[in-house]
Amino acid sequence: MTMYLPALIGGMLIGVSACILMLFNGRVAGISSFVQKLLSKRPSQETFNSALFLTGLIIGALALYYLDGQRITPPESNPVLIIVSGLLVGFGTSLGSGCTSGHGICGLSRLSLRSLTATLCFMASGIATVYIVRHML
Amino acid sequence: MKALVYLIGGIIFGFGLAYSGMTDPRKVQGFLDIFGAWDITLIFVMGGGLTVTLIGYHFIFKRHSPIFTDTFCLPTNKHIDKNLISGAVLFGIGWGLYGYCPGPAVAALSYLDSDTFLFVFAMLAGAYLQRRLTKTSS
Repeated sequence: MTMYLPALIGGMLIGVSACILMLFNGRVAGISSFVQKLLSKRPSQETFNSALFLTGLIIGALALYYLDGQRITPPESNPVLIIVSGLLVGFGTSLGSGCTSGHGICGLSRLSLRSLTATLCFMASGIATVYIVRHML
Repeated sequence: MKALVYLIGGIIFGFGLAYSGMTDPRKVQGFLDIFGAWDITLIFVMGGGLTVTLIGYHFIFKRHSPIFTDTFCLPTNKHIDKNLISGAVLFGIGWGLYGYCPGPAVAALSYLDSDTFLFVFAMLAGAYLQRRLTKTSS
């Protein structure tokens, strides 16, 4: 069971981040929202704040790499697959107003029925997709 | 000060993502592969995140306002509409195809892999496309 301790701790850190954002700035830690704010036609304080958070994500991962050399090399993948996947994630999170952090962590913690629905939907379609790709094609 | 909170919040979040193993798309796809080689790591990540946030939010929302701003800026839409569902379904398909959602993908840019940059670029393009489509129809 201790092999899952890093996952639990990492998850709790994510929770700490979400709480900090809400306690101090009154904001949901929704990554897809921050990403979309980068695309605003008229850059504002919101755009800057989003860029800061996203930069923080990169710094945080980099910090772990410097601490214990933990870095991930993604598996060899077809560029077309990567592009299609990215497009769907970007399009879908924009249309559905959230992703695993916004809906999955923050939304569920607010007891939002919308977020519960969204979370169940993307979990289901994610599971179905992996099933089809790995076990049917 | 608010800006510092965004930066620090992001750093803690990014560290948590990397520490938990979520920046590895294999681990995410492993969780989604419940009919195959099921990897339950993500359950612990979500569990840890939800426990802290549920409890934290419970106490935070007892306050009449956040610390550095006047109001809690919470989503007001309570409707479960087709945009929510279709958006979530599409997101899930993309998530399952490669194993990245927005957070881990951005954090993983730190590893300087061209694949990750390609994914994030495509993700931005997808979001941009969706916003353009909304503008042209409204």
